[in-house]
Amino acid sequence: MADAVAAPVRASVARPRVRAVVLFVALAVLLVAGVIASAGVGQLTVSVSEVIGALLRGLGIDTSWAPASDVTYEALWQIRFPRVAMSILVGAALAVAGAVMQAIFGNPLAEPGVVGVSSGAALGAALGIVSGGVLAGVLGTASMAFIGGVGATLLVYFMARAGGRTEVVTLLLTGIAVNAFAGAGLALVIFVGDSAAREQIVFWQLGSLNGSRWNEVAVVATFTVVATAVAFAFARRYDLLALGERTAGHLGLRVERLRVVSIILVAVLTGAAVAFAGIISFVGLVIPHAVRMVLGPAHRMLLAGSLLGGAVLMVWADLFARTVVTGAELPIGLLTSLIGGPFFFYLLRRARSRQGGWA
Amino acid sequence: MTAPPTAAFHADRVSVRIGPATLVADVSLDVAHGEVVALVGPNGAGKSTLLGVLAGDRAPSAGVAAFDGRDIADWSPGDLSRRRAVLTQDNQVAFPFRVREVVEMGRAPWQGRAEQDADDEAVDQALATCDVAHLADRTFTSLSGGERARVSLARVLAQRTAAVLLDEPTAALDLKHQEDVLRVARGLARDGVAVAVVLHDLSLAAAYADRIAVMRRGSVAAVGAPAEVLTAALVEDVYGVPVHVLDGPDGTPLVVPQR
Repeated sequence: MADAVAAPVRASVARPRVRAVVLFVALAVLLVAGVIASAGVGQLTVSVSEVIGALLRGLGIDTSWAPASDVTYEALWQIRFPRVAMSILVGAALAVAGAVMQAIFGNPLAEPGVVGVSSGAALGAALGIVSGGVLAGVLGTASMAFIGGVGATLLVYFMARAGGRTEVVTLLLTGIAVNAFAGAGLALVIFVGDSAAREQIVFWQLGSLNGSRWNEVAVVATFTVVATAVAFAFARRYDLLALGERTAGHLGLRVERLRVVSIILVAVLTGAAVAFAGIISFVGLVIPHAVRMVLGPAHRMLLAGSLLGGAVLMVWADLFARTVVTGAELPIGLLTSLIGGPFFFYLLRRARSRQGGWA
Repeated sequence: MTAPPTAAFHADRVSVRIGPATLVADVSLDVAHGEVVALVGPNGAGKSTLLGVLAGDRAPSAGVAAFDGRDIADWSPGDLSRRRAVLTQDNQVAFPFRVREVVEMGRAPWQGRAEQDADDEAVDQALATCDVAHLADRTFTSLSGGERARVSLARVLAQRTAAVLLDEPTAALDLKHQEDVLRVARGLARDGVAVAVVLHDLSLAAAYADRIAVMRRGSVAAVGAPAEVLTAALVEDVYGVPVHVLDGPDGTPLVVPQR
């Protein structure tokens, strides 16, 4: 991908079909490799053949590769596989949400966070943690985070709406206001909470895929699959939005309706991912942008590439997060921001030098 | 003024007010199928606002805007997009789409219909007509202002509608391409398309339009055939600049400022 970044504009449009095939094959290989590596590496090391054997046995196909010990088999199916599945889903959901967000804003710097999903989710989760007795358990915190994220997004959207339409600038500014408000609410909750709750809130915000369970995976999978399918159905309409809302309207698009539904998609995708994984920023920004550089901006390919790319990034980031420091686990949100921050800066510089900024 | 049966765009005593400002005041104008009507006038005269009303973007504060005999507000965006195309002033494309992709977007209204079969042919023809076929694989964001304007016009042509609204299609164009664009507009009218076009060059308008509507501070100061409308007295009155109106070699009036 480094080549694609450095390549001049001409080359990036030269043979889009070849580039698409190369990218998708590369991502698929990376994903499979990441899944096998992530399932095999850890306190208990499992060989590649055993991972594949356990996977097949779980699907009802017995092979000689299946792990001899039941402990290995159970460890894979109870701990490693659900975690890998969760990282795939979370990465895919965040990246698709980012692509949709950039499409409806017509701006490659848009990220789900700007309309309040993350800060709303953080506030919801914090409330869930502090009020422990009332909303106990992990699912309690997750659903509070989901409600907080979706709620904040809808609040931003409907507050920014006036006279049946939404102006992008108003939406962004309203997002800033709601983000600040949620931040204050979060500070208040941390202030009120005891030290155990504080620690929990801080670590929730840092993000982790630790302890993912199959029932949680099923919840995230449901939201992700449905919302992603809808986004794919809108792909061609997102292309038209690049012409500006007036011209898109002249081409028969009901811009406002598309925006409402898309904002809900973004809230659901991001909310579901963040609810179980904590705040993981920049995936929604970086992945669609990198894919756009290789495949161009047409949204059907962009969404497909983002889906795969997000999954690959999260699988590898999670593997890295839990193995780089022996005996400890790095927060995954920290990792993605560590990569995402400089990349964001690079995008800004590049846009400035190429087209004089985004105005 | 009653609408002739063929009128595509019909404005009847249309006014547009925003707060205390009146952008368009009591304008009545028809654009029939098969004619080119040029809207001219100084900056801020309300030409683009009027075009916005005719396109259905903006509801008039008073009066009625109709398209093909039906109130513009009663049209669904989809039905409208198969009958009229609009070229706005800002030719922006948010992401680096290729030129061909941008022109293909003009075919979006026909998706899932029989006309879809003509997509490729319509796009190829539009690219050729606007002299941008050689740019087909370039990204839109890498084009010059004039090239962007021509690609946007190609998108409008690819839509293949029976009526078009063009807001300053010649603004960024060189001499040759200005003539080309207006010749395209004439060709559309010959095929029965209703064309309303905002222009600044009065001589250009005189050469290609069937009728010219001169706007001044939101109202129509005069409307009619170029030779009737473009008198030295009216132009000076509207623009505040003394002009000579000369007879061109082909008989169309040439408007030249007195220098």
